[in-house]
This record gives sequence, structure tokens and C-alpha cells, in this order.
Amino acid sequence: MIQIEYMLIISAVMMCAGIFGFITRRSTLAVLLSIELMLNSADLNFAVFNRMCNFGGNEGYLFSVFAIAIAAAESAVAIAIMINIYRMLKGIQVDKLEKMKG
Amino acid sequence: MTIDYSQFLSMSEEVSLLAVVLVLFIADLFTCGKEERALACATADGAEACGCSCCGHMRALLPVVLLLAQTIFILCNISTDAQAVNTAFGGMYESTGMMTALKATLNVGAIIVFLMSSKWLGAAENRIKQGEFYTVTLFTLLGMYFMISSGHFLMFFIGLELASIPMTALIAYDKKRTESAEAGAKFILLALFSAALLLYGISLLYGAAGTLYFSKMASMPVNLLSILGLVLFISGMGFKISLVPFHLWTADTYEGAPTPVTAFLSVISKGSAAFVLFTILAKVFGAGSGFFGLWSVGFFWIIVVSITVANLFAIRQKNLKRFMAFSAISQAGYLVLAVMGVTEQGMAALVFYLLVYLAANLGAFAVIHVIEQNSGKVGIDDYNGLYQTNPKLAFLMTLCLFSLAGIPPFAGFFSKFFVFMAAFNAGYYLLVFIALVNTVISLYYYLLIVKAMYIQKNDAPIATFTSDCGTRAALVLCTIGVILLGIVSAFYDGLSHLAGITL
Repeated sequence: MIQIEYMLIISAVMMCAGIFGFITRRSTLAVLLSIELMLNSADLNFAVFNRMCNFGGNEGYLFSVFAIAIAAAESAVAIAIMINIYRMLKGIQVDKLEKMKG
Repeated sequence: MTIDYSQFLSMSEEVSLLAVVLVLFIADLFTCGKEERALACATADGAEACGCSCCGHMRALLPVVLLLAQTIFILCNISTDAQAVNTAFGGMYESTGMMTALKATLNVGAIIVFLMSSKWLGAAENRIKQGEFYTVTLFTLLGMYFMISSGHFLMFFIGLELASIPMTALIAYDKKRTESAEAGAKFILLALFSAALLLYGISLLYGAAGTLYFSKMASMPVNLLSILGLVLFISGMGFKISLVPFHLWTADTYEGAPTPVTAFLSVISKGSAAFVLFTILAKVFGAGSGFFGLWSVGFFWIIVVSITVANLFAIRQKNLKRFMAFSAISQAGYLVLAVMGVTEQGMAALVFYLLVYLAANLGAFAVIHVIEQNSGKVGIDDYNGLYQTNPKLAFLMTLCLFSLAGIPPFAGFFSKFFVFMAAFNAGYYLLVFIALVNTVISLYYYLLIVKAMYIQKNDAPIATFTSDCGTRAALVLCTIGVILLGIVSAFYDGLSHLAGITL
């Protein structure tokens, strides 16, 4: 049987990859993808804990279902804003978003 | 226990707010098209133009009236008896008198924001999306309600996201203005990032405790898993309250967002998150658990850095909205100061501080907004000589800034005093001392604005104008708040009574 540690390592690696992508990517869509990776790592954690530890009930599964729905809503709004920015600035690179500084 | 639809009756506050949102939504559906048509023939017919402006007034007034009615409704139902924790859905939802008081406070803030934005929303480019502003703002408020009353991390997370997703739409509300879209993009990327950290933290807490009900989590063991979960949870909340290591989005978002939205974001969004931080720390990581010492040390440094760094950055700002952003970060430090020790006194001080901060900050933003609407200027240098041309606005701005700084006759002094008292009684002497020193620094930069308005000479000051009725009503409410909240002791006494029976 696969140990719980292995599963948690996978989700931790996903989380770190997401944070790394969030910091280094230059396209805002790639940044959004990195954030999805981070959110999914948390969802994975919920499912793993619910499956592997005998907590009883389906709290973890339910939580990840809700979290996925919320993440989808957030992505929809984020992409709508990116489209608006693309129409105005003809690009969605992060370095186009620096009109305000200080 | 059984769960049926009658459980919704325990959530009267949320259900009544949802009813308000739906009524506004449907009203918008039926008034919008009519008005556009009236506008089209307005140039030809004078009487038609008059009818159109009546309709416009009704559209601005309806949300204010409905929200006011809803506020009165929830204040009438406030539970003042000792054992009155109102739970529903098996403990997912919990409501106490203190939470109702906070919700009513947030409502008053939303009403003030609606009043100050009425003219801006009635302008030609915004008229078609006027109804959306109200609906989306109230959905944000609904999310905060759920977040405040949550008894389970799932409810808390859904409420938090329901509060922050529509907020992004509000920040990017000025569709044609690049700054607004840029601010929206920065806000949603960092909000998503913080939500992901928060969610990961909650998942680790779930692994450590085996449940996510606040009431059952207090016996969680202190180990690596739960400590990491706590740290990620605090950093996620730090983003929402904009405390210092997590504040990077604040200044840009505040500058780019439309001013009424900035006002809403700086007070209502932040205040509700601070309150939830308090309740979760009290219920899950409370004074009895092994976590108390850990997060106390963490928050000690977060508060010191928030207040100090934000004060130092505020001094060198040139744009008034950016200035208010750093002022808001520093005020958030004071709000979180009330969380330290998680005492009853702290809770009363937190909500009272929020109430006073709401009056003062929304008053300042109302002045900034009306000046921006009439002259398009938001630079601090543009305010030079404002007293010569618009003495009343300059005077009200001064009152609000004095209250934010905490000068004695105004409410800000009392609210700061109660927060310091709460922290002092909980034993954080050094922290209170540092916060006091910073109050003096903050006085310096608030006085810079006052100096610009009254003393600095300007060859071309902002021209004299008369403000619209909505802004006037908002300013009157804020001024009453700034002057009376401190002097009339009933407010604090009521809150401290409610806090006494809540914790």
C-alpha cells in the first residue's frame, strides 16, 4: 500500500512548483495556471487526508469539490479582466501592468 | 438532528440581505431600458428629461432605502440574552449578538459608500451598469456575512471567496480606464495566491485535527502539520487584511480602483476579515491551546512591522489615494492589535475601532471622491489652498484626518484608547508602547495634508464647486460618527456588553 507521506510529498511539490511559477512567469495566463496548480495541490491534500486517515465522513472530499467550484469562478473573473486588459494594451505580459508604481 | 428548510429562518440576516439583492436585481432589469430610452429623447423634450432624472434618483435611492430597512430589521432582531448562540445546519453557521452588531456596522458602511457614489454612478458612462454596482457590492457584503457567521472552515472559505471575487469585478469597474483594469488584475492574482495558501493551510489543519468544525478543532495536537497550517492560514488572512509582509497589492489596487470601491475595500472588506481572524483565533487557536504563544509572537512582529513600515511609506506618498492605502495598512495594524490576547475587551475594542475607522475613513474618501469627480485631481499638492476655495470640504477632511490620527475630542482617540487598553490588560506592554510612538508619527503625516489644505499657497487651487446631495448625506453621516461615537458612551457600552456574552 502507498504510504500517506508519498501523497503529501506530491502535493507539496505541486504547491512549490505553483509558487515558483507565480513568481517567475511573465505571462499573466501562465501565472493563473500556476495558481491553479497551487489550488489543486490543496484539493489533493483534502482528498488524501480523507482517504488515508480514518476521520470518518466525507468532509475532505466535499471541501475539495467546493474549492474546485470556487477556483473555477475565480479563474473566470480573472480571465475576463485579462481580456479587458488585452483589448486596451494589446498584451497580457506582466511588465505591461506597471503603469502605477511607487 | 434533522436539517430542513426551516434552518434558513435562523439565518435571517443573510436571507434578508439576499432578498434585498434580488429585489435590486429585478428592479434594475425593469428600470434600465426605460431610462436609456428616456435619455435618447431627452434632448428633444424637456419634460422627458425631467422624468429621466426622477428615475435616476429612484435608482440611486432604492438600494440605500432597502439596505437601511434591512439594517433596522437585523438590529431589531439582535439577540441580547446570554446563551443566545444561534446555530444552523449542524454548526456550520453560528450567529451571536456581536456578529449582528458587526453586520449592521458593515451595512452602514455600504450605505455611506452608495450615497457617495450616487452621482458618479449616474454619469453617462456608468448609468448602464449602475445596477450592477449595487448588486455586486451587496454580494460582497453577503460573502462577508457568511464569513463572519461561519462555524466551519468550509463556510468560512466560501464566504471569503464570495467576498473577494465580486470585489475584483468592482475594482475593474471602470472598463475603459487602464489603471482600473490593472488594479483588478493585480488584486485577483494576489487574492488567488493568498486563497491558495489559505486553502493549503486549511487542508493541513484538516489533516491534523480530522475535522473542520471550529468547536471541535480546539483539541488539535501541536505538531509540524498543524503549525504549518496555522502559519499558512495567518498569511492568507494577512493578504486580506493587508498586513505588512503581505501588503504589496494594496497601494496599486487602492490607487487604480474607482474611489468609492477603494473606500469600500479599505474599511468594510478589511474590517470583516479582521473580525473573522479574531473569532477563528479565539475558537480554534484560543488561549487554552498550545498555539496561543506561537501566534502571539508572530502577530507581535507583524503588528510592529505593519504600523511602522506603513507609516514610513505614507510620509513619502504624492498621490492621496496611495497615501490612504498606507494609512489603511497602518490602521489594520491597530485593528489586529485588538486581536492580541483574544479577550472580551479586545473584541469590543475591535468592533468599536472598526465603527470609528469606518466613519473617519469613509468621510475622508467621500471628500477625495467628490474632489476627484469635480476636478480630476488626487495629488496631495493639488490640495494646496483648498481651504480658500472649498472651506467646508477642507474642514470635514481635517476632522476625519484628526480622527484617524487619534486627536482627543474626536472618536479616533477613544477607539485607539480602548484598543491600547485591551492590549495593555492582556500584557503586551512593549507592543502598546511601539504603537503609541507610531501614533505620533502618523499624526505628522496626517497633518501634512491639513497643512497643504490650510497653509500652503497655490496659484491655481481647485475651483469652488457645490457637491451633490448624495455626497453631502454621506459626509453628514461620517461627521456625526466622527464627533458623536466617542462622546456618546452608549456605543462602546453596548458593544462591550455584547462581547461579554459572546465569548
